[in-house]
Amino acid sequence: MKSVLVFDVLIIGAGVVGAAIARELSRYKLSIAVLEKEEEPAFGVSKSNSGIIHPGTQNSLNSLKGRLCLQGNILTRKISQELGLDFQEVGELIVAFNEQEAEILQNLKKQAQGLGVPGLKIVDKNWLRENEPNLNPEVRAALFAPTAGIISPYRLVYALCENAIKNGAEIYTNTKVENIARQEEYFEINTSRKSFRAKYVINAAGLFADEISRMAGISDFQIRPRKGEEFILDKKKENLTRHLIFPLPSKTSKGVLVIKTADGNPMIGPTAEDIEDKEDLSTSEEGLKKVITLSQRLVPAINESDIIAYFSGLRPVAGDDFIIRSEDQVPGFINVAGIQSPGLTSAPAIALMVRDMLKAHGLKLKKKRIFKSPRKKSIHLFKIPLTAAKKLIKKDAAYGDIVCRCEMVSAQEIKQAIVEGARTMDGIKFRTRAQAGRCHGSFCATRLMKILAEEIKIPLTALTKRGLGSEMVKKDRLDV
Amino acid sequence: MSERQLVVIGGGPAGMGAAISAYEAGVKDILLIERDQYLGGILNQCIHTGFGLSYFKKNLTGPEYAHRFIEKIQAIDNIEVSLKSFAVKLTKEKELIFIKPGELKEIKAKALIMATGARERTREMIHIPGDRPSGIFSAGLAQKLINIEGLLPGEEVVIVGSGDIGLIMARRFILEGAKVKAVIEIQKQSRGLARNVVQCLEDFNIPFYLSHKVARIYGKKRVEKVDVVEVDEDLKAIPGSDFSLACDTILISAGLISENELLEAAGIEAGNISIPGLFVCGNAYKIYDLADSVSRDALLAGKQAAEYLKGLG
Repeated sequence: MKSVLVFDVLIIGAGVVGAAIARELSRYKLSIAVLEKEEEPAFGVSKSNSGIIHPGTQNSLNSLKGRLCLQGNILTRKISQELGLDFQEVGELIVAFNEQEAEILQNLKKQAQGLGVPGLKIVDKNWLRENEPNLNPEVRAALFAPTAGIISPYRLVYALCENAIKNGAEIYTNTKVENIARQEEYFEINTSRKSFRAKYVINAAGLFADEISRMAGISDFQIRPRKGEEFILDKKKENLTRHLIFPLPSKTSKGVLVIKTADGNPMIGPTAEDIEDKEDLSTSEEGLKKVITLSQRLVPAINESDIIAYFSGLRPVAGDDFIIRSEDQVPGFINVAGIQSPGLTSAPAIALMVRDMLKAHGLKLKKKRIFKSPRKKSIHLFKIPLTAAKKLIKKDAAYGDIVCRCEMVSAQEIKQAIVEGARTMDGIKFRTRAQAGRCHGSFCATRLMKILAEEIKIPLTALTKRGLGSEMVKKDRLDV
Repeated sequence: MSERQLVVIGGGPAGMGAAISAYEAGVKDILLIERDQYLGGILNQCIHTGFGLSYFKKNLTGPEYAHRFIEKIQAIDNIEVSLKSFAVKLTKEKELIFIKPGELKEIKAKALIMATGARERTREMIHIPGDRPSGIFSAGLAQKLINIEGLLPGEEVVIVGSGDIGLIMARRFILEGAKVKAVIEIQKQSRGLARNVVQCLEDFNIPFYLSHKVARIYGKKRVEKVDVVEVDEDLKAIPGSDFSLACDTILISAGLISENELLEAAGIEAGNISIPGLFVCGNAYKIYDLADSVSRDALLAGKQAAEYLKGLG
């Protein structure tokens, strides 16, 4: 007989939503498991996130997005402190180029105020010249939302997962859900690796939430991927802008933005293109041209030659709003679907909402006596002043052993990332920025591969970029 | 902060040559810092011949060429070599901060030679659209994987760009038993040396497409194929000329860029240095075709640094 792992709650998907729910539930006396089909958490929708913690503007009144974004903006600050993450409140500017657009700003402001977004003000040309000097001088006015912030999206997911695990949750990677069977009192889930059983199942499967939902018998929504291409600029341009710069939003997206990121590199994008293939992460020449043109309209100083990297992400779109509901027809099954922008911001608020749904459906929530909420801040040499680096290197020699020259990442940081769960070259990149700089790992890939292979004790030929099938090299020259 | 007469940043052919030349011209206190664990720089992975033909009048491999300099440096007590040392900050006053395992050092140099070499242009810099799977390497990284680490990156290779490292690697892959499907060069002529086109491509019957570019990369996990298209005089794709090549590996060999980020961060323009006692040589100054030319440039930089220091008295 095949063995079945039994939990109180199963969460499908270890993106930011699944991770936030797992961490929230790990406060209680529950057994929790997260099932993730990829090799590491955050490898789906979350990895391509812009990292913007939205202030709550640009959401319609009475929408889930509006309420959860606002609440999430506040919660993210607390979580960042607890989990040792860098949240920077940089503020955002939604800009208007003419009288007509300036009027729309007034409407946006009114709507956002209605939702309760704090600190909004319309700023004029003089203010902009003073506070955002590289902005196109043709911008007439902007809506300034001071509570907008930035965070590293993957480090947020990793920290949430790490903390959930520390508090007893389990995460099963490379575990793809194949079918879900509703038994009398519980769900039985078969996966590519093991079988699981739980009374409550939360579907946070991102792009594949519709397929998971269908397995449970609910098929009234569909996830359509909306592709966004993003382009990362060299860290030399860190001070390109002081705020996040937005054009006026369109119906389908917030437009092409000039983004500040938690690691310093500015980012421009994303495009918004509805596609069919949920695994199509390709970039295009048209996307590049579009993003360059539109971002230069906001900030003319942007130069195509400053681009050091690009990628695509897919927004899991299921209509205008999020779908977060416990399904009456399938008691114990909760759908958390269509979590596109502002999903990263909303995730901690979604976690609370899901917790309350579970409670309403009879799950006993008894707080653990001890919840280990603080997480030690990961050290990034490139983020600390040299005086601090000096002390650190003296204390721990391996911080002085630089592996990645472009982003100044030490052997110690690489090893720490592996301790924290990195299993792939991309996992190391997302956690440390090694290989994310201007040389793209040309100089450090071999050293990283050796450290990773040694630490997780697998042969170099088994190392992957981001999971099975993406092996780094084909074979060892000595194997004949 | 300790003071040194001459600090050389970089222990490749440029830095080693400059340090030796400065010593021979009379400088008695030289610190050479190198971020890798060996001297020699990229020469160590260039196990092919063709080095030293003009400088030593001998046909040497990269490691042999490097060895001639390394031996010399080891015999000179006045050159202190600091390995695994990574320069993090430079000022216009020639103050340098570098870190190595266990310490962060601050040094003031009377004269300073930048010999920081170059990096390869990446797939991202030449904007090849498509998927981003594993199996895309700079030619130099592929060279390091095979020659230093003993790993074969892939078995069916397309090379983008005809830089010398790419041409050398085309032959190297064939010698390792892999297939090289094509070398694709967007320009009308080879970017690399004529001798490399003959010895590395023609001698091995490797298809060489001039005026062609890779238009798209396919592969969700690992590279699966590329689309290739012919380009016109303006480097624009010619409709209908496209074809696909199945492959599991793509090498990018589309030229080198001087590594001058330290200077840039200090607000110094590498091509136009007006700070007395600060010199740039080798590929950090400009991209040379041959290591021999780098060595000549370094010789000059070492001499100039020595003269500058003599002038200080």
